[in-house]
Amino acid sequence: MARVSLDGIRKVYGSTEVIKGVDIDIADGEFCVFVGPSGCGKSTLLRMIAGLEDISGGTLTIGERVVNDLPPKDRSIAMVFQSYAIFPHMTVRENLAFGLTIAKAPKAEKDAKVAEAARILKMEHLLERRPSQLSGGQRQRVAIGRAIVRHPGVFLFDEPLSNLDAALRVDMRMELAKLHADLGATMIYVTHDQVEAMTLADKIVVLDAGVVQQIGSPLDLYHRPANLFVAGFIGSPKMNLLKARVEGVDATSVKLASADLGTLVLPRANAGVSRGDEVTVGLRPHHLATASREQRVGSQPTGDQRTGEQQIGGTVKLVERLGNETLAALTLASGQQLIAALPGDVDVSIGEALRLAPQPERASLFLSSGAAVN
Amino acid sequence: MATIASDNRGLRLAVRYAVLILIAVIFIFPLIFMVMSSFKPDQQLLNDTGSFAAFLPVGDISLDNYADAFKRAPVGLFIFNSVLVTGVTVILSLLICSAAAFAFVFVDWRGRELVLTAILATLIVPFETIAIPLLLIASKLPWLGFDGLTFGWLNSYQVQIVPFIADGLTIFLFVQYFKDLPGELIEAARVEGASWGQVYRKVVMPLAGPVLATAAILKFLVMYNQYLWPLMVVQQEGYRPVMVGLQYFFQLNRAWGEIMAYLSLITVPVLAFYLFLQRAFIASIASTGVKG
Ligand SMILES: Nc1ncnc2c1ncn2[C@@H]1O[C@H](COP(=O)(O)OP(=O)(O)O)[C@@H](O)[C@H]1O
Ligand SMILES: [Mg+2]
Repeated sequence: MARVSLDGIRKVYGSTEVIKGVDIDIADGEFCVFVGPSGCGKSTLLRMIAGLEDISGGTLTIGERVVNDLPPKDRSIAMVFQSYAIFPHMTVRENLAFGLTIAKAPKAEKDAKVAEAARILKMEHLLERRPSQLSGGQRQRVAIGRAIVRHPGVFLFDEPLSNLDAALRVDMRMELAKLHADLGATMIYVTHDQVEAMTLADKIVVLDAGVVQQIGSPLDLYHRPANLFVAGFIGSPKMNLLKARVEGVDATSVKLASADLGTLVLPRANAGVSRGDEVTVGLRPHHLATASREQRVGSQPTGDQRTGEQQIGGTVKLVERLGNETLAALTLASGQQLIAALPGDVDVSIGEALRLAPQPERASLFLSSGAAVN
Repeated sequence: MATIASDNRGLRLAVRYAVLILIAVIFIFPLIFMVMSSFKPDQQLLNDTGSFAAFLPVGDISLDNYADAFKRAPVGLFIFNSVLVTGVTVILSLLICSAAAFAFVFVDWRGRELVLTAILATLIVPFETIAIPLLLIASKLPWLGFDGLTFGWLNSYQVQIVPFIADGLTIFLFVQYFKDLPGELIEAARVEGASWGQVYRKVVMPLAGPVLATAAILKFLVMYNQYLWPLMVVQQEGYRPVMVGLQYFFQLNRAWGEIMAYLSLITVPVLAFYLFLQRAFIASIASTGVKG
């Protein structure tokens, strides 16, 4: 059990700064996910926590100790690698016991801990096999088992599921969630897959280009993205981001206008924008609904629609029917694309002119700098 | 269509085998000639060379040549010397060169690129160019042996062993192999608490079967065939290896039967050993399953 705290952590390779001053606090027992696009520095950050990379600057604390200069084995961590990294010349049992063998632990202790890990992961029957006789999912279990045997304060995972096929990935994701619940250990998990991040995390750290973009719970990030990067990265399908101009501001609302939106009034107090500002509106696909039938049939905006209901019009270019929902891609007046997630049995077809009703109270608003406006 | 295609394949296979057999024959006939001749008296040996009989155990067959070869030279001693020098050098070379390569590939230290480059550069220096300076050095080096501290390594085993333990080619072979091992495997061992020495012994070396076999075979060939260096540094019969021993048979009268007997004695066991090692080599690749 241990809390982990990163304070101004930096990593420099030669003259390039890869991690640019990262502050993160991870509570004891928390499941924390680092997520971001490929090359953003997630692995580098995790490997610095593990002690596999030198820390160029800042302070890393695990438990109550500053561990900047401690070797990996003294940091109370265990790591699960993307390639599993289990030893091909050893049986599963020898793999699980490797750390204890190195530490010259008594045989009884070794047997007990290996048996415990094998029981947790339900692989008692595999103990005498060699890695070459295991499937990908089983190998991943061995790697996780080897971490469990160490009884670490912190588990570190670097994209552990990305070599598994899609179905297995979903299963293993649930097992990891259960493992975390059972062991109650602190876990730090790196992935580029925002679905994994959303489903597993207590706390998500979104990284881009070596900088923390936002730290928060999955729903925090979903509902209140701090900037355009997080807005575009979290959520599937992606949030629609539309440029607009501020037409007017009053005490309780902001009025926006653009070719695509027509006019859109967001109910916001003290938005911190003023008339004439260029802004970006974020509309989640799941927060768009089809307007009523009559209005759809009379496809031209007539100007005498029910007051208060605002609409976005476009031409349907693509329809993806997933069963539980239907994704429609529209092209708007400016040529920009908009994705809407509609009910599974919605009646739309390609080429149709469709009018959608946004939910202004759930829209996000971003300044031209990219920062979100509350 | 299908039958034509498979006929074609059959034909191609036949041609391939024919070529392989031809090559095998070209390589094996001199060996057969050597072994067969070693059983024949000189006169018959020379007469047979004109016909296919040269490759057959016909005529006056006996082990006389072997008996005479042992009388003419201490053959057993030469073989013992060569096996000792070769065996010790191969084992030490595998240990030292793999440890060096390990340090070059896995351990991060200042100047390792430079040192590795310098070592690889020695690959282009032929041994003949450094033989004389090496002789001068070897003739002055101290040695702490059974009879205390002595100076000068001439006429000894160590003078035939030590200069050949570390070499650029063997280090290069290990470096290439280690670079291809998955780095996460080594990192996993480090996280589990293994020291560098333990990573070397428990992870890297057990996975190095193929490169160990390759390096051992190459080193063995070099060492067993040593001629120039032992000729320079060993004047006493006691430390002489097999290739230098060949001189004994070219001195006064040239006894071809005895030469063939001597050559058979020093090559056939080596061939047998090589074939055995090759088997083990293939088996080791098949069983480690490093690819997984
Ligand atoms: N040893 C290294 N030397 C130089 N640059 C590196 C090294 N390792 C990683 N990088 C760079 O650091 C950045 C972050 O890499 P990484 O942490 O592996 O990204 P991620 O895991 O998020 O995909 C990348 O741009 C990569 O090119
Ligand atoms: Mg990575």
